[in-house]
Amino acid sequence: MISQLTKGERQLALVISIAVAFLGLAMAGGGFGNPLGFHGFIVLLFALGVTFLILSGYFAPEPSPERLKRYYDDPIKVGVILSLIWGVIGMFMGVWVAALLAWPEMTFDAAWASFGRLRPVHTTGVIFGFGGNALIATSFHVMQRTSRARMPDQFSPWFVLLGYNLFCLLAVSGYFIGVTQSKEYAEPEWYADIWLVVVWVTYLVLYMRTLARRQEPHIYVANWYYLAFILVVAMLHIVNNLAIPISLTAAKSYSAFSGVQDAMTQWWYGHNAVAFFLTAGFLGMMYYYLPKRAERPIFSYRLSIVSFWGITFLYMWAGSHHLHYTALPHWVQTLGMTFSVMLLVPSWASAANALLTLNGAWHKVRDDATLRFMMVAAVFYGISTFEGSFLAIRPVNSLSHYTDWTVGHVHAGALGWVALITFGAIYTLAPILWKRQRMYSPALVEVHFWLALAGTLVYVFAMWNSGIIQGLMWRTYNESGTLAYSFVESVEAMHPYYIARTAGGLLFLAGIVVGFYNILMTIRRAPSLEASAAKQDEPVTSGAAPSPVSAGE
Amino acid sequence: MSVGERDPHSGHMTTGHDWNGIKELNRPVPKIIWLFLAATVIFSVVYWILMPAWPLGVTYTHGLLGIDQRDSLEAQLEEGAQQQSAWADQIREASLATIQEDPQLMETVRKTGATLFGDNCAVCHGTEGNGGPGYPNLSDQAWLWGGAPEEVQETLRVGINAEHPETRIGQMMAFGENRMLGRDEIRDVVTYVQSLFNPDAVADRPEEALANGEEIFAANCVSCHAEDGSGMTEVGAPNLTDDFWIYGGDRQSLYDTIFYGRQGVMPHWEGRLSPLERKVLALYVVDMSNREE
Repeated sequence: MISQLTKGERQLALVISIAVAFLGLAMAGGGFGNPLGFHGFIVLLFALGVTFLILSGYFAPEPSPERLKRYYDDPIKVGVILSLIWGVIGMFMGVWVAALLAWPEMTFDAAWASFGRLRPVHTTGVIFGFGGNALIATSFHVMQRTSRARMPDQFSPWFVLLGYNLFCLLAVSGYFIGVTQSKEYAEPEWYADIWLVVVWVTYLVLYMRTLARRQEPHIYVANWYYLAFILVVAMLHIVNNLAIPISLTAAKSYSAFSGVQDAMTQWWYGHNAVAFFLTAGFLGMMYYYLPKRAERPIFSYRLSIVSFWGITFLYMWAGSHHLHYTALPHWVQTLGMTFSVMLLVPSWASAANALLTLNGAWHKVRDDATLRFMMVAAVFYGISTFEGSFLAIRPVNSLSHYTDWTVGHVHAGALGWVALITFGAIYTLAPILWKRQRMYSPALVEVHFWLALAGTLVYVFAMWNSGIIQGLMWRTYNESGTLAYSFVESVEAMHPYYIARTAGGLLFLAGIVVGFYNILMTIRRAPSLEASAAKQDEPVTSGAAPSPVSAGE
Repeated sequence: MSVGERDPHSGHMTTGHDWNGIKELNRPVPKIIWLFLAATVIFSVVYWILMPAWPLGVTYTHGLLGIDQRDSLEAQLEEGAQQQSAWADQIREASLATIQEDPQLMETVRKTGATLFGDNCAVCHGTEGNGGPGYPNLSDQAWLWGGAPEEVQETLRVGINAEHPETRIGQMMAFGENRMLGRDEIRDVVTYVQSLFNPDAVADRPEEALANGEEIFAANCVSCHAEDGSGMTEVGAPNLTDDFWIYGGDRQSLYDTIFYGRQGVMPHWEGRLSPLERKVLALYVVDMSNREE
């Protein structure tokens, strides 16, 4: 992989990784005896590992100019594998925390294994580790293919991918030793946050530079979504993480916001992280891999436009529905609720655009588990966006808030939509990336599909039941006008559902393990593509451009 | 300008774009989407007119209905209080003994008390009040500070070794740790204390140990636990002659108790629970211990 980099890129990579190593050293020295020092050692080790990797291929001959006639796929391959590794880790942690709620003794009296520390390891592992790597990898693939252009350089994609994974590593290792800002989905402390900003801006610039090199007159829908994802996540991340560190040699910081403003900023961030990380990004994925696999044109270009701008505009307002019936002023809650209701329209329009694209290809959905993954993902997208708008209505929220219904809703989206669309995309992508005729075992894809679907259904049904029972128990009064149940009785009533949830999660975890094995065997064993077929997957080099580059519509 | 082609399956034209094989149909947005959008927008606009909705600098539009969540909450609390007033006023005013004799009021105490107990007391004392090591059993007949409803109510109010200025203070001294008694002396006292509630357990112990233990007991323990070991509720000293043990009545536990001492804490509830709630809980707890019989 290093031999593919030009001499200049190798030098740049070496300089940057040595600079990062020094940064790690400074953190380790300055923060000695503080969690920051521990993280300094992690940064140092990570950077030294990358340095040695670069040195190992540093003196290889210059790569052939022939490479410029092909897409640059090496970082995508690594991204797919990293995504699956994080997926297995994150989902395993998910099963563990689920089990912990049913059997609290599974914390083994160890501080690092307490629920409060393991739970962010799960959420960060699956959202940022699994989801984020999948988004980065597929976006690199989609932006090149739909632009029919190779990435402008070979250094920045590696910086983005490895830098991002360093961030995930700092995040997760920090939770075990108690480093957290206590902001949900934004737990990492200030130094990790600053690092992510650097990585993310590089990502945005790389994406725009590739688009600028495109050989197609128009920019495809998938790219709009990926760009919205990158741009808005940058904005959310920077604003919500504004904080003052207590010292430059300590991990702890205090948020720039306090009280209800802090809560509102956090949920503006939290809800739009769902919107632009878990929705927009994965819609970009869906808009490329679903029509590609189905070999059908998108149902309606105009519908794509309406849904894109609807989602982008309306989501921004909806975050306050996380704070119904709190100290947040009533009018802010009203806005959050009404915008959530209007948001249902573009959400369903996107789901419909995906499902109706399959018209004329439903026989493929029946026969091909990969396409079925994406079809079911679109269905779950529709279900969970409906549920989201419904739960945002204040009186409904008074029943559902603080209960497992919320957890069930999140997982209908996270398992049913995000993970299933990712699996569908990866199964479409893997044979293309590794130039194979097909996946190693289509039967195992089928097995994975049913494990994932069964796991999701068991999980979501368990949480619907437990959530509604909880909500009702908390609001039941006896005839003397006092609460009929104590809190602990409602906890007791959850036990069977918590066991069912663990079982559902276990099925889902088994699914991704099967999938990972299948991908690895595809790389090693699946029959390779003939050269002529592989040749179709190449960029248009400037000499033979079919149409001049012009501004997008 | 790229040229569209006709999709044979749907009969629609494509937009003419082609991204690595992906095309798009130039189909109008289905009418139902516009209808659906119009419906949700109309709903929202009506809602904004009726409810507090849009910020206006330092104020906001209050809405035609004049609803505000703070007012709604206060109204609901008022309504709840009225619902409870039928029995709450009676319990507030009646004496504890009167309530205990009123089966209807006691029925309310049992219902309301169960939830209060579950939310506030069960964490330490167990959902059935059975306690556990270090936490007194409330469903039995043994009481450190007295089992009359008035006494229980007072314990609830001020707590034991708590932060309340009037808290009940109870301390078992660390006789071993503080070098007031030697290890052998403690073993002898343990033997004597065992003989108080379970003579069979010390049948095989030497006579002199028992006699020595009795002597040490008389010199060190009687000021709190009384001469016969039956304890004193005025200072929270437990009765040693019954079968009820908070920290265990086996030799090892008794030895640890005398060697290291005990300073159990019960938080005070004044300021956290209302006088009415504490009254209900006191009655509930006393009722709980009577029920077990």
